[in-house]
Amino acid sequence: MRYGETGFNLEIDLTRGNVERVETDPKLTELHLGGLGTNTKILWDRVPPEREPFSPDNPLIFSSGLLCGTPATGANRTIVSTISPQTLLMGYSMMGGFWAPELKYAGYDKVIFRGKSPDLVYVWIHNDKVEIRDASHLKGKGAVETAELIKQELKDPNIQVAAIGLAGENRVYTASIEQGRSSASRLGVGAVMGDKGIKAIAVRGTKDINLARPAEFIGLCNDVLKYIKLREEHPVPGVMTILQGLGSPQEMKHFDEEWHTQNFMWGNARTRRKDFWNKEVEQKWRETQETVRTRLISCYNCPMKCGAIISVPGISTYMMKCFSKLTYTMAAYSDLDFGFKIAQRATEYGVDGFSTPQIMAFAFELKEAGILTDADFEGCPSDNEGKFYWLLDRIVRREGIGDILADGTHWAAQKIGKGAEEYAHNNIKKHEQLPLKLGMLNPVYFLMYATGEKINITQIEGQFPQSPFPTVEEREDFCKDWIQVPDEKFKKYLMDWEMRGERSNPYYPTVDMSVDIVDWQEMMHYIDDALGVCAGLSSFPLKPPYHIHNYPHLISSATGIDMDEEGLRQIYKRNRTFLRAFNVRRGLRRADEKPPEDHWKKRFPELEEKLLDAYYKFKGWNNDGIPTKETLQELDLGYVAEDFEKRGIIKNGQD
Amino acid sequence: MAKIKKKIKTIKVDLDKCNGCRACEVICSAFHANPKYSSNNPERSRIRMVRHPIKDVYVPLYAGEYTPAECMGRDKYVIDGKEYDECGFCRAACPSRTLFHEPDSGLPLKCDMCEDDPPQEKPLCVQWCLNDALIYEEREEEVEEEEKQEDIDLALESLVDKYGMQKLMDTVARRSQKSETST
Repeated sequence: MRYGETGFNLEIDLTRGNVERVETDPKLTELHLGGLGTNTKILWDRVPPEREPFSPDNPLIFSSGLLCGTPATGANRTIVSTISPQTLLMGYSMMGGFWAPELKYAGYDKVIFRGKSPDLVYVWIHNDKVEIRDASHLKGKGAVETAELIKQELKDPNIQVAAIGLAGENRVYTASIEQGRSSASRLGVGAVMGDKGIKAIAVRGTKDINLARPAEFIGLCNDVLKYIKLREEHPVPGVMTILQGLGSPQEMKHFDEEWHTQNFMWGNARTRRKDFWNKEVEQKWRETQETVRTRLISCYNCPMKCGAIISVPGISTYMMKCFSKLTYTMAAYSDLDFGFKIAQRATEYGVDGFSTPQIMAFAFELKEAGILTDADFEGCPSDNEGKFYWLLDRIVRREGIGDILADGTHWAAQKIGKGAEEYAHNNIKKHEQLPLKLGMLNPVYFLMYATGEKINITQIEGQFPQSPFPTVEEREDFCKDWIQVPDEKFKKYLMDWEMRGERSNPYYPTVDMSVDIVDWQEMMHYIDDALGVCAGLSSFPLKPPYHIHNYPHLISSATGIDMDEEGLRQIYKRNRTFLRAFNVRRGLRRADEKPPEDHWKKRFPELEEKLLDAYYKFKGWNNDGIPTKETLQELDLGYVAEDFEKRGIIKNGQD
Repeated sequence: MAKIKKKIKTIKVDLDKCNGCRACEVICSAFHANPKYSSNNPERSRIRMVRHPIKDVYVPLYAGEYTPAECMGRDKYVIDGKEYDECGFCRAACPSRTLFHEPDSGLPLKCDMCEDDPPQEKPLCVQWCLNDALIYEEREEEVEEEEKQEDIDLALESLVDKYGMQKLMDTVARRSQKSETST
């Protein structure tokens, strides 16, 4: 019997309509755990570097994590992996909600699609019964609407549905996959789903997930719950409200948006409005939020309430999480009422709430600059909000200028030319970033932005405070119950970190300390993404209930695999290096590891090069960001090194 | 007739506080697994979330009595303008639905307030509900101790239903003889 996992994947060939239940190799669980770890292995084995994202042979993997479906709090993430049409690297996106545990109860760890269906279909997985069903009646339907229709059609409200909207059907590069209160939004995974002709995947499962050492495991789960309770009662002092507690930033709960509205950029990640927030705005926005917010909700088996049911009078209900509340609002220089309204349409269309508003603001900037013309916007209303609705409709339908913009700011700028590239200024590796522009370079953040394989800072950062505490007393106070640190040295880094002077940004934390801190932050994310545990309870917030000290015991008692901290670190290193190796094979190099030019006003080119040098060295990669043969062999990835040698990516006998 | 003290156990369910996470289902099914916590499967849980997010319907529902037959009709509640499912508040393990039946055997499930071995101080679903949507309350009531004739009649009737009058009478005769010889 397999513990923690089911030991079976579902392989679905959409071209031939073939469905197979395939037993997986337990050795791979020992090497990579599951989730993102084993997804990378599958993609490495099956996807040669020249494979196009819209090739029928580009696999689309929906994976649960190793702990999904067990009683571990917050283990509910679905990890979607494929080749991203936007970055042409491994597309990596995840969602919470209820889908992954349901898949486990149906008896599968992953669903792996290949091929393309000639007609639009949806897949219905009900324990051992798997059907590919006609979805022609769902064509053009919204993502939330589709989920509701499928539940009605199959007469079971407990079915979990992951669906795309119009954007996915039309292969918009920012198309999301929507599910529960969550979505896999980044890097165009919805476009690949649409390209394969899959409108939705509906899952219902009624089988058991077994645990190897039940009493021990449930004891650890109880400790996690106890710690969550403690943290809820003791918010971290001295940091901004949204970073005090657990979960993803509590955007649905809090009303105070002074920090975001005055520190994040408006429009096309351009304008900082330092005096935006005042009593009047606060009052109005509070009223708006209280009116439309019906209930605070969570994902599967998690006491947090990071999402909300949003019912704006006159339009249909949807669910929202986190920061989408402000992305449209700020891109359009509008207000929260507009934000909640347009997000409803955007959710039904199924688009990424980070990239899409930026694409629209980018387009209107190009129009103002005369690079796009009135002819491109024929029929566009003149009022500020109206024009955003209009453009959103064009993008998801790929009509007129919308067809070009649907590829994201990077590719759109290439196509438009005439200097449009200058306006696609907020990208890393062709992907739109949070509209954050800061003054002084923070070395830790420089490294995370530059080198992150996920190309999305919220999936890389966490654990270590974003800025120093002003007083020694505050630092001591923070350190005294900081049990999550993998090593005591991190406390010293924080204790010595000053706001100003010699021991402040950008030269402190020092290069080596920065590399250490980034490694810890990355480690927790990579472990979470293999286990399917939400970053909101582990890698993202300060002082989370899951950490490097309790994870080995949880994994071991759930699965029966022998595991200690050293062993888990080794798996992290393997998974992180493997993902890098996959992207290296697709052409990723040091030259691509660049945060946006204007991310910080004060840049330090020499220091930045040193940071990259040190980071690569620490990871066991060469100076171009390529894992060395020695490193790969140490991580049981000798076959990757061989492949690199065969392709001339590394040369025999050299690094 | 003698008075006896009876412990009344109540779980107060506050629908407004429920975030719909289903942790109650998780811990219930794990606790009732054999060996304890060895597996997890919400379908075996004796508490289920009746959950329609878009309609804002969030009802944690406890497994009550098994019933061999459907009701004569079905009820549908509308509260504060919100329409709940048909039978949406009914706790019965009933042949008209799969709810509260073991997924493999079809046998009915019933909440035991976690009196199963080892008995829990509070039902575990309550302990795992950090949002206080489930609140456990206990009180003692004094009640008359009596054996109601209709209870005995009812019990007998169902035995007759199942085994027939003749078999039942034979059994009673055999057993009463046994108890005579033993005394």
